[in-house]
Amino acid sequence: MATNLKKLGSILTKQASLVRRLSSSPSLASDGANGKSINLYTAINQALQIALDSDPRSYVFGEDVGFGGVFRCTTGLADQFGKHRVFNTPLCEQGIVGFGIGLAAMGNRAIAEIQFADYIFPAFDQIVNEAAKFRYRSGNEFNCGGLTVRAPYGAVGHGGHYHSQSPEAFFCHVPGIKVVIPRSPKEAKGLLLASIRDPNPVVFFEPKWLYRLAVEEVPEGDYTLPLSQAEVIREGSDITLVGWGAQLAVMEQACIDAEKEGISCELIDLRTLIPWDKETVEASVRKTGRLLISHEAPVTGGFGAEISASIVERCFLRLEAPVARVCGLDTPFPLVFEPFYMPTKNKILDAIKDTVNF
Amino acid sequence: MSLTRRTTTSLLKPLTTTTSLLTRRPYSTDNSTPITVETSVPFTGHNCDPPSRSITTTPSELMTFFTDMSLMRRMEIAADSLYKSKLIRGFCHLYDGQEAVCIGMESAITKKDCIITAYRDHCIFLGRGGSLLESFAELMGRQDGCSRGKGGSMHFYKKDAGFYGGHGIVGAQVPLGCGLAFAQKYKKDESVTFAMYGDGAANQGQLFEALNMAALWDLPAILVCENNHFIVEGVEFVDVRERDPIERIRKLILAHDLATEKELKDIEKQARKQVDEAIAKAKESPMPDESELFTNVYRKGYGVEVDGMDAFAVKQACKFAKEHALKNGPIILEMDTYRYHGHSMSDPGSTYRTRDEISGVRQERDPIERIRKLILAHDLATEKELKDIEKLARKQVDEAIAKAKESPMPDESELFTNVYRKGYGVESFGADRKELRATLP
Repeated sequence: MATNLKKLGSILTKQASLVRRLSSSPSLASDGANGKSINLYTAINQALQIALDSDPRSYVFGEDVGFGGVFRCTTGLADQFGKHRVFNTPLCEQGIVGFGIGLAAMGNRAIAEIQFADYIFPAFDQIVNEAAKFRYRSGNEFNCGGLTVRAPYGAVGHGGHYHSQSPEAFFCHVPGIKVVIPRSPKEAKGLLLASIRDPNPVVFFEPKWLYRLAVEEVPEGDYTLPLSQAEVIREGSDITLVGWGAQLAVMEQACIDAEKEGISCELIDLRTLIPWDKETVEASVRKTGRLLISHEAPVTGGFGAEISASIVERCFLRLEAPVARVCGLDTPFPLVFEPFYMPTKNKILDAIKDTVNF
Repeated sequence: MSLTRRTTTSLLKPLTTTTSLLTRRPYSTDNSTPITVETSVPFTGHNCDPPSRSITTTPSELMTFFTDMSLMRRMEIAADSLYKSKLIRGFCHLYDGQEAVCIGMESAITKKDCIITAYRDHCIFLGRGGSLLESFAELMGRQDGCSRGKGGSMHFYKKDAGFYGGHGIVGAQVPLGCGLAFAQKYKKDESVTFAMYGDGAANQGQLFEALNMAALWDLPAILVCENNHFIVEGVEFVDVRERDPIERIRKLILAHDLATEKELKDIEKQARKQVDEAIAKAKESPMPDESELFTNVYRKGYGVEVDGMDAFAVKQACKFAKEHALKNGPIILEMDTYRYHGHSMSDPGSTYRTRDEISGVRQERDPIERIRKLILAHDLATEKELKDIEKLARKQVDEAIAKAKESPMPDESELFTNVYRKGYGVESFGADRKELRATLP
């Protein structure tokens, strides 16, 4: 079992690296002193291990997780904690999340895995109508705050229609859940532990492109990073760039290229999409006067639209150019045209220049 | 034997001139002498009398089965190496080992009947009359592909032959199949839909929702479960029969000497009697009025278990199912089959089963070998002639691949086509706020 699962992960990520070179994420992350250099899936694995170890009432389940999962994120957990705490479910996403809500409602930490974010839609009803509204409609008598739904999202270079999508915006329209997306191994570990322990249901999307590709030093122990707090990962004065997850690596490359042309970019990792940190973004835009948002999901109705609208409301008089959005195209995720679809470094660079020279 | 000679020559000729074997039946009437064969194992019926084990075939049908299955097998093996050399991208799920299901099903139905399946769809497409070129071009994302290079491995379609495709999300195609069946019933053209899914999809809630609707409205839908026994990567399930709660208590009672076996049997007899009496009474109770139609839908849980490695068993079952579905509504066919390859190209398929298991199936249950033996037993062709057919299949596959490689990638403008209906406007955005209005061809 181990080998074939490992292969899937490695095939996805290795081939991805051939298609597009990403900046290695260490440059993106704050310094990870006194830790080992590990990749993103190992960081996720560590977080799950700590979650299971530190709370005997936590459970990890999903399709194939007992064997380690298709991306190796749950490797060894079933052996360490037993099949009654780390287990395979049948192939039924709606059932998995519904089950997790029930488990969480009894005061447990239910950590559910959906094998690919593209497969989360059968569970959409459970997340939107059951999980998100449980606390509200019961007048705080019940909640499923212990629920965390993990799902790998995003492009890998050749995933095609159903292994590449970024569905975060659908969930950002739902008050009652939190949506968290990490950009690097260290961030992933801290944010996942925070999500698991957060008293609200969280949908946690993991950038599958970076599972093997992103390597950085990650503290070995137990730590959390705050939710709903954005991070300025690169300071600048001419334009603010906002993104999340795997896209930040692409944006950072554009920032580096822009700098060569004398444009100073400030790059912000939003980290939590709802409820999001408007203050950090607002403060940055007040400084730079310009804003660019980039995500892989199609531009129309993407979460970039929400950021754009909110910042225009708050900083209308300070803005020196229209807010730019460099996102996926308004088409289904294509099979052979992935390079055209993606918000690449050059598209971002063009948009930076256009916005600065507006 | 002159019959043999004629069979093979008339068979081989058209092979060299066409890439699609399956639409042709190039046999003279001499070859329609009926042959009776027996299915490998008996059918098991659920709530219905299973079809007969003996089935009548002809030399030409036998030869067609062999030829077509050999071609399918070869196509999948070629797809395997194309994927490994990165000419096929995306995901790729192979069908080799399961060919008898497709072949047997096709031989029992017409192109007016619909088929809808999941992502293991290459051979189903070929079975519906699709060509090798269209298949390989689609696999490689080229213009000559059956979905014009926009679908890839999981998304083959052929509307003119009632093939509603290739669907990527596990189980999602089955409710669609019920919709197709409803439309067919409405048209009253005596056609049915075969909605195919795997044993993994059998866990999806929407499968039961679909079955419920089909039963409720008596749809001519045949749900074909291709049970290849390995759900993606082999989740294990416990056989509940081994854990029968009554047996467990029976053992405890006997162990503690609380009653004799006979006394326990008497209790069971008593229970039976009570149930029978209750049934008799219930039968006297009047039928509910129509408003209660929706209360008890599982009364129609018909099904047949079929050896999916035996093309004739599949054929017989599909014929039976079609008649049944037209008369009584939905029925489930569980095809006991086996895939030689892993779930997809990223699964080597060797970690949850032994090599011995795979070679055992190849030796004892292989669908092509079964037909080969029948052909040889009935003296319809020599071993060498059959080998030649396989060689020809290989040649045709190679030729189709060469052609497919010459087919260009879809035009860049195709990125924006087919998102909405042509002429009804589509807007896409390029870098930054520069709006790119896609010009629809």
